[in-house]
Amino acid sequence: MGEEVALRVRNLRVGFGMADPVVRGVSFEIAPGECLAIVGESGSGKSVTARSLLGLAGSNARVSADRLELVGHSVLGLTEPAWQARRGKDVGLVLQDALVSLDPLRPIGREIADSLRLHTGLGASARAARVLELLDAVGLPDPEMQVQKLSGQLSGGERQRALIAAAIALNPPLLIADEPTTALDVTVQAQILALLERITGAGTALLLISHDLAVVSRIAHRVAVMHDGVLVETGRTERVLGSPGHQQTRRMVAAIPADKPRGTRLSAADTPDPPSIPSTPRRPDTAIDSVPEIPPNNTVVLEAIGLSKSFRRPDGTRQLAVDTVSFALPRGSTLGIVGESGSGKTTTARLLLALLTPEHGEVRVFGQPWSTASEKTRRALRPGVGAIYQDALGSFDPRWSVAEILSDALGLGRQRRAPQTTARLTTLLDEVGLAATVLPRRPLELSGGQRQRVGIARALAGKPQILICDEPVSSLDVTVQAQVLDLLDDLQRERGLSLVFISHDLGVVAHVSDQIAVMRAGRSVELGPAARVFAEPQHPYSAQLLAAVPRLSV
Amino acid sequence: MARLQLPVLRPLRRVLARLGGAVFVLWAVASVTFFAVRLIPGDPAQAVLGGPGSQASAEALASVNAEYGFDQPVIVQYFAQLGRLATGDLGRSYSLNLNVGPLVLSQLGGTLLLAVLALALAWLLALALATWSTQSGRIASRVGSALEIVAAALPHFWLATSLIVVFSIWLGVLPPISTGGALGLVLPVLTLAIPLAGFLGQIMRESLLRALESPFVLSARARGESERGVRWIHALRHASLPAISLSGWAFGSLISGAVVVETIFARPGLGRTLLNAVTLRDVPVVIGVVMIVAVAYILMTLLTDAVSRLVDPRLRLS
Amino acid sequence: MSDLEVQAELAAQAAQPDRSGKSGRPRRFGVAETGAAVLALFLLASAVVPQLLAPGDPLAIDPLSAFQPPSGAHGFGTDESGRDIYTRVVHGTQYSLVIGAAATAIGLGLGIVLGTLAGMLGRVVDFTVNRFLEVLFAFPGLLLALLFIVIFGPGVATATIAVGLSTAPGYARIIRAQLISVRSAAFVEAATVLGRTRWQILLRHILPNTLAPLFVLATLGIGQAIVWAATLSYLGLGAEPPTAEWGAMLSAGRTYITSAWWMSFFPGLFIVVTAVTATVLGRSIDRRMRHA
Repeated sequence: MGEEVALRVRNLRVGFGMADPVVRGVSFEIAPGECLAIVGESGSGKSVTARSLLGLAGSNARVSADRLELVGHSVLGLTEPAWQARRGKDVGLVLQDALVSLDPLRPIGREIADSLRLHTGLGASARAARVLELLDAVGLPDPEMQVQKLSGQLSGGERQRALIAAAIALNPPLLIADEPTTALDVTVQAQILALLERITGAGTALLLISHDLAVVSRIAHRVAVMHDGVLVETGRTERVLGSPGHQQTRRMVAAIPADKPRGTRLSAADTPDPPSIPSTPRRPDTAIDSVPEIPPNNTVVLEAIGLSKSFRRPDGTRQLAVDTVSFALPRGSTLGIVGESGSGKTTTARLLLALLTPEHGEVRVFGQPWSTASEKTRRALRPGVGAIYQDALGSFDPRWSVAEILSDALGLGRQRRAPQTTARLTTLLDEVGLAATVLPRRPLELSGGQRQRVGIARALAGKPQILICDEPVSSLDVTVQAQVLDLLDDLQRERGLSLVFISHDLGVVAHVSDQIAVMRAGRSVELGPAARVFAEPQHPYSAQLLAAVPRLSV
Repeated sequence: MARLQLPVLRPLRRVLARLGGAVFVLWAVASVTFFAVRLIPGDPAQAVLGGPGSQASAEALASVNAEYGFDQPVIVQYFAQLGRLATGDLGRSYSLNLNVGPLVLSQLGGTLLLAVLALALAWLLALALATWSTQSGRIASRVGSALEIVAAALPHFWLATSLIVVFSIWLGVLPPISTGGALGLVLPVLTLAIPLAGFLGQIMRESLLRALESPFVLSARARGESERGVRWIHALRHASLPAISLSGWAFGSLISGAVVVETIFARPGLGRTLLNAVTLRDVPVVIGVVMIVAVAYILMTLLTDAVSRLVDPRLRLS
Repeated sequence: MSDLEVQAELAAQAAQPDRSGKSGRPRRFGVAETGAAVLALFLLASAVVPQLLAPGDPLAIDPLSAFQPPSGAHGFGTDESGRDIYTRVVHGTQYSLVIGAAATAIGLGLGIVLGTLAGMLGRVVDFTVNRFLEVLFAFPGLLLALLFIVIFGPGVATATIAVGLSTAPGYARIIRAQLISVRSAAFVEAATVLGRTRWQILLRHILPNTLAPLFVLATLGIGQAIVWAATLSYLGLGAEPPTAEWGAMLSAGRTYITSAWWMSFFPGLFIVVTAVTATVLGRSIDRRMRHA
């Protein structure tokens, strides 16, 4: 009976030091060839769970369980040498971001050969031969060339493949993958998922840890949703995603933007960002499923005409980061710019904000010259153009409190304590769903979602008509991302804002945009109405991106 | 092609660039010292002979004037000086009546020996302290950290005095002044090594901890690597990198420390020669020592770079 | 690299979030910080009102009680002329702190000028200043100070200036690096997007964020300057006996080291205590500023 499961966990509890346990009674099992995904937001305890299964929760961790069985053997209370004999052989681990998950000072061939060196009596040449086989098996082209390379010389996808090769070197019956695709571009992510699926197909049990329901739904047979140290819901993937039982699952399913029409609420009205309860509920609880379309208005507020910008590479040659990009943003609408890393999205954002000057082409704002104007003339127009950044924290002066940041943005000076200042600050915070209690705090002390709300409040302070949003939600948990996207949507409707929304995530962009520009290697390869690009992409690259978008494959 | 772009030639180009930089620094050091000496108030010949209070004889003044060409325009003197330096002629010490070049070279060996031994010992001490304090729990970590901070704050002259009191006067096991034997080296080397170990230890402990917590160590552990393997194959290599790049600075501060240590332990060497020359205002000797230290320091920096590249293959790529 | 840069680097790494996991706010006061604060108060009191802590005259000679080892009457013993070492050490705090502060002021002042020039005035100035600093770095440790003394002669004033000058390149390079990193920070761009002028950005963001770390630097630097100045005195190039300066006292004690170890031990102990206090306080301020 014990032979049927690769891993059996009963009532696992993990705590650190004197603090309350972070994993509070988790039970699950995985059969050979099965993929179980544990999905949860940051701080839910999913990574700690994964590490405890390898005896690697850390020296100050208190781990207890009723049963903890790896391929039929109890591993409870195993000594460190006994653990060492099992790790790599009975269970393999794949971590996020292989740039730092493989020793950057050693060639990847050595790293992969380590498991063989530790657990088999193979000689050096036999190990080398096996490493080549493994690299071939994980789909790295030219294995002979790659073994000598350092992890820093490989692309993100190649590194992740090498890391997987190292973990499966001894064909362990159980593979644990902790956020294996998180830092990767969507197309690469799809390839890595396919590789993992192939490995489970060969009979390996896979425990997949992720924050992203949509990603795991592609390959997981079963999904367990973790929240606050407990598995709140476990079941077949179709069932959990199709008819989620627990509130947290519903919240996470609802938050997935892909395939949801523009204007659909992503965050449930009953789940605000906990410490930031708005003083008055701004929106009625009647869940609006689809809101009336924004009245079309043909006034163009922002226009890019043949923008080009290049940078000098370290070797002296020039690289075009943005190559003849053109578009027009009508008032009250959203233009989504989507592309993978290095596609020139962020350079485009900086050109639009006139932080960079284009080499060719021009940006016009409200029909007036913008990129060609002097900074002095531009300054008069600047309040009309707001910006939201991916790294909200970095965009605030570390010495300033929220009150100082916002009163500075309102043009009130930052030291003023007048009652009307406080009143205006409170109103501004209210608009972004934050309570006045955050005013004396520094951004460093706020959560990611709160920081981004402060960033939005700062952008709104100048009463802008245009907002340039550069990856505004990519470092947030899905449910927080949903709240921020909903907030932007509300603000756009209330204020008639025109948005440029830049993201690597086509799912998000498709949800928020009226028009989409797909960027690749500095060029805008496709530009068209969102619905059309999403339904029938014209450019093969758009189609490829679209196919890779994480969505609920129910 | 104007640029050397063949891959074989790239390291050559780098070495040439570094050497060019070194020559520039040496030229600048020579120029700074040349013009600095001109800042000494009064007659330059008098200054060379130990300043206004030295009561140099008329013949001595005349010979200095002839040797340095003080009667000629400054610019001529400057190029003459550079020319002499280029041929290795560092002038003549007035207090010792010796040529500075051979004098300084004869003192170089003792100081280099001291510095190299101290650097090696400091590395050993720092490594031992860092390894011990990172694997023996919280209290060991606190104790290690406190020891390092105190060690780094110890002035050489006080440490040397205290070591002499304890080991030579109270215990009587080690000679208080250098007698030429190996035993005589123990206290001077300890004096130089302990404060340096404090600095290196702090850097190593921190980078060791950082490496031990990094995802690649977690990956290695997940492969079944033992604690010892994790340290020796992965962590220590990472931990040594910042300490290696610090070693150029360390060498410089050891040479500076040698001024004190050689004086206290009455060891012959560059440091003591320099201090004597400073006290007697024997300008040619001061310049000679400073130049040779600059050369040694630059060579040491080049060496640290080379070692860094050896340990960190990433540096060889870019 | 200079000693100062190494110090600053170590302080920065010590200010990293506690690795026990919880980053958050630092504890209110650790044992080391409390101890350092108490010692700093004691040293300040010794410098400002030495009579309060040691009522005697530091120069009072009493040949009958020369070379007394530490005892109830003379806690730290007496020197060759029967002067009370404790009294001298306490009164010497003034010299050391003033010399240390003056040298730091000189070094920091020059450093600010050079660092700001390099960091603000464009590539050509930056390149020139950088090469200049590189040349100065070829005189490691005390060598620059010794070169200065050989030109201007020994003495307290020249020793102080010499120490200040030899620390200046370190300050300059740190300030330049800080300026450059702040200037290209995301929050500076965000201020441009809000429509702030260059001057507003310079005054409100760049300068405060560049200058704030200087408190830490100065605290760390004073400790180092005191050690260097004492070293010069010890070598007979700074303050001279019978001045109650710590380095000079050690220098005087050197002759009697075989018989009267306390003459050397206690002045040196005060130097060590001062240097450790400066290090611990500097790091504590650094950590607080980063996480405040």
